[in-house]
Amino acid sequence: MGSENIISIHSQVISSIVIFLLVLTGLFFLLSDQGYRFDVGWLLLAIPPHAWAFVGVGLSISLSVVGAATGIYITGTSIIGGAVKAPRIKTKNLISIIFCEAVAIYGIIMSIVTANMVEDYDPLTVSAKQMRQNVFGGFSIFGAGLTVGLSNLFCGVCVGVVGSGAALSDAANPALFVKILIIEIFASAIGLFGVIVGILQSSNASIAPGAST
Amino acid sequence: MGSGMSGPTFNIDNGYLEGLVRGFKNGILTKNDYLNLVQCETLEDLKVHLQSTDYGTFLANEPGPLAVSVIDDKLRNKLVLEFQHLRNHSVEPLSTFLDYITYSYMIDNIVLLITGTLHQRSISELAPKCHPLGKFEQMEAIGAISTPAELYNTIIVDTPLAAFFLDCIFVQDLDEMNIEIIRNTLYKNYLEDFHAFCSGLGGITADVMCEILAFEADRRAIIITINSFGTELTKDDRAKLFPRCGRLHPEGLAALARAVDYDQVRAVADYYAEYKVLFEGAGNNPGDKTLEDKLFEHEVKLNVNSFLQQFHFGIFYSYVKLKEQEVRNVIWISECVAQRHRTKIDNYIPIY
Repeated sequence: MGSENIISIHSQVISSIVIFLLVLTGLFFLLSDQGYRFDVGWLLLAIPPHAWAFVGVGLSISLSVVGAATGIYITGTSIIGGAVKAPRIKTKNLISIIFCEAVAIYGIIMSIVTANMVEDYDPLTVSAKQMRQNVFGGFSIFGAGLTVGLSNLFCGVCVGVVGSGAALSDAANPALFVKILIIEIFASAIGLFGVIVGILQSSNASIAPGAST
Repeated sequence: MGSGMSGPTFNIDNGYLEGLVRGFKNGILTKNDYLNLVQCETLEDLKVHLQSTDYGTFLANEPGPLAVSVIDDKLRNKLVLEFQHLRNHSVEPLSTFLDYITYSYMIDNIVLLITGTLHQRSISELAPKCHPLGKFEQMEAIGAISTPAELYNTIIVDTPLAAFFLDCIFVQDLDEMNIEIIRNTLYKNYLEDFHAFCSGLGGITADVMCEILAFEADRRAIIITINSFGTELTKDDRAKLFPRCGRLHPEGLAALARAVDYDQVRAVADYYAEYKVLFEGAGNNPGDKTLEDKLFEHEVKLNVNSFLQQFHFGIFYSYVKLKEQEVRNVIWISECVAQRHRTKIDNYIPIY
């Protein structure tokens, strides 16, 4: 118990020092009339659209896979444990694993669709109108990827927890499995909502060189 | 301490074991099984009925006529095998939790060995009577002990019980009364330590386990008080034996320390809604349940309820306690059958 307190006091001290330094820096900029140098808008526009787009593609697939993986291991360990004394649950409960897997498939579909919208362009010869399109495309693909990734992350965890409960209650009473499967279907639907919104966000996106000026 | 304790991360380390324990729990004897057992005429009938339950053919290789002690040993062996399998597959913090469960058996074993040594029994006679879950090294060295200080220095200091023993060193010599005081002091320290450990784990485990352990503490306080009427135990000594991690602490325990008869104990319990219900209807008339039975029933209810939540360690503790209660039930029925004294055969405590 004592060592745990020392570690938490340690981390509290470090975090308060860091916060103090950040506040000091911010006050310095504010009070010395250099507030304009902290320019968030410039930062967002200066990051190239390719970076936004590909980070969005990466987030979409990676967060979905984290969600699916979490769900599969939560359900899988419960199925293995429950199947020792009740071997009949093995095959039926693979449905829960399939629901979790579907979450990862949503993520990869989204990332393939959005990755195909991105092409290279030469920043020196691209027209201003096309540049606006490219910036728009970068932001929208990033937004779509974040949407799909986060919603699939939580959907996967949710399906996993419910699937674990389904396996253990199926082991105790076989009549319960079908009812709990209905809960899992609802849990799966929320991942689908994320995919729909992501498609809406990225439907008009493209990053292209355009006609040369 | 925080790792592995919340919903999504619990199953990394403990998912398989939770599934396994729930599988074991599904094999606990139900009311129908008990109805079948109660109708047995002989122990052989009992063995046949137990074959269709989760116990299977555990008595298949026993030679000769069955004795109740043999059934007792075999029933307990099944629980021990399952528990050791769980303990071997567990990682921290579940392994510490499972170790805490074994400490209560260690305390019982130590007291059994000391008492036996005082009555000049040999170690080889006593060793098979020890509970296998509470085995520790140096069990055989108990033969040469005469004072608690020696007991501590030679044996206890190497076991996990060393921290619980510090209050007992001041007991002067080992006679009947003092051994009971040692047992109860050890158990009190163990309960309080276990309660603090579970609170430290936090989350659902703390919720479930702290409630169960609080009831255990209160139950011990009540039983110690009732059993100490008419003995030489002074009120101060009695107060030192009460575990302080229950609901009765501090006012209830102070009132219990001052009580001198059963009605005063009942008056103290009336202040607490759950315990008031237990004292009503308890008595020594035929047809009434005794207070101990009602306390057992309440414990069974709490342990059954712990299975209603997922992702916590309480199910491991509850499983051990429910299996113990099941063994007690089956042995009670076997004794009644073996002695053909069937009037009280229905006094077992049904679990499911």
